[in-house]
Amino acid sequence: MSKDILVVAEHFNGKIADVTFEMVGKARELAAGLGGKVVALVIGAGVEANDLASDATLQVNEPALTEFNPEAYARIVEAVVQEQAPRLVMFGWTSMGMDLAAWLSGRTGAPCAAYVRDLRLENGGLVISCQAYNGKLIAEVEPQGEMTIAACLAGSFPTEAGRGATAATSIPSPIALDSLRVRFVEAIQPPPGDVDITTQAKLVAVGRGIGGKENIELAEELAEKLGAVVAASRPVVDAGWLPRTRQVGKSGLKVKPKLYLMLGISGAPEHLEGMKDAELIIAINTDKKAPIFNVAHYGATADLFEVAEAMLELL
Amino acid sequence: MNIVVVLKHIPSVADELPVRGNQVDFDSVDFVLNEWDEQSLEQAALIKEALGGTVTAIGVDVIGELDNLLHLALAKGADRAVKIAADDAGADSHRQAKWLSEAIRPMAPDLVLVGVQASNDIDGQLGPLLAAYLDLPYIGVVSSIEVQDGTALMNKEFAGGFGARYSVRLPFVAGVQVAPKPPRYAPVSKIRQIAQTAKIEVLEPSGEADSGLVFRKVAPPVVSGHAEMIEGSPKEIAARLVALLKERGLA
Repeated sequence: MSKDILVVAEHFNGKIADVTFEMVGKARELAAGLGGKVVALVIGAGVEANDLASDATLQVNEPALTEFNPEAYARIVEAVVQEQAPRLVMFGWTSMGMDLAAWLSGRTGAPCAAYVRDLRLENGGLVISCQAYNGKLIAEVEPQGEMTIAACLAGSFPTEAGRGATAATSIPSPIALDSLRVRFVEAIQPPPGDVDITTQAKLVAVGRGIGGKENIELAEELAEKLGAVVAASRPVVDAGWLPRTRQVGKSGLKVKPKLYLMLGISGAPEHLEGMKDAELIIAINTDKKAPIFNVAHYGATADLFEVAEAMLELL
Repeated sequence: MNIVVVLKHIPSVADELPVRGNQVDFDSVDFVLNEWDEQSLEQAALIKEALGGTVTAIGVDVIGELDNLLHLALAKGADRAVKIAADDAGADSHRQAKWLSEAIRPMAPDLVLVGVQASNDIDGQLGPLLAAYLDLPYIGVVSSIEVQDGTALMNKEFAGGFGARYSVRLPFVAGVQVAPKPPRYAPVSKIRQIAQTAKIEVLEPSGEADSGLVFRKVAPPVVSGHAEMIEGSPKEIAARLVALLKERGLA
């Protein structure tokens, strides 16, 4: 077993994603403590992969893998892990990493930590902080065994320390690609035609607390009075109360408005990822322990309907 | 089509989560159905409506109250309900996935649907673990599945509204983010009626797996900041907020 750290890179439209720079930066810090190297694994051809601060970057230069293929990526990572026997394998807790991390754990028997917010070394062992239960609790875990898998929440570490100029080394695919059961068909673009919430100066964001589709109108009225647009957290969109173009967060859009007025959003880590840089965050929620109050600038523990209606009268 | 839908019974995050020792105090929290499982149930029902077949709902009975969820699943279109009687409130994803894999393998499903994640998936989600144990491909964050001639065409979501379409040969395990339609409503009267007559198959846990994670500490996050809380009646709160927005030229 080596002391190296394998970072499984994520890319989109030919560019390495920020979460990868974040992980490489963190990996450098850990590798220095472990006395190992940081190896980045980039799967897919046509990806600009020469700007990581890794000790080595391996690139599987297969045009067929430029687009994410969960089956192929999983088996390639498994093969590389078997060959390199790293101490730690890092994934993003993203649409891609969520397909790979726990699968690799099931295959190899190595422990997996998900929702990872931080990793550190204590007496040569890893201690990992996981943001569980929608951000309400942090679990500090010590993985046992020789290899550990960590799936890291985007935005957990700064990107700067992961930026460098290591030239990628091309490697052939370690697995045969002709018997795959999963085939990439086509990319799906965001649906056009709706307002673009990423360019709005003011957003009124509604969460599960809004209760039902029939109550969206109240948020619309308030937004109109404020010159804002209505955005939403994932459960509201999954329930079909608002279109997906309005979704803020990990699986939605990242926004940075001047005002983000939140009605009935508890502040799960996935949502915070999309809005934590807003200039003024105001949260109204009935749960005084909601994690959003740790991020918002102003908060009130109150019935959102009563507050929204009272605001409408004053505007 | 032989579809298996996996249910995960998890501590509710709606209320406080008291901690005892190094874990959630499972005795003093409510357990609820993982919210994404509602979506996978709906996706299963939609495929069954389109193609026929059977839907089997299965879960690990961690606190002895899974019957309620299985009745709900039956009311929403499942044909068969199976529980693995574990009585182990702290059973992690690895352990549950191993037991589920042993129970599901003999069912020889065409498709296994699992909620894409759960808020207590500290050691990873059930879906990819199940796929690894069953030696099947896994594809998660899925927002639609259409099956035709032994192949599924499915959409997977990425960030920012982007996604990709995949074709996958059956069988496989899918982690459902959202069904193409909002989950159907099952009237309480129907669930009650089903509860009186439903037969739930009971299996003993079989197989062993462990997360390999030792919990050192579980605690609310240490926060660097906290919102300035505005107290008072809803009217007073509204007045203060409007004043604040006007001061900043935002209203």
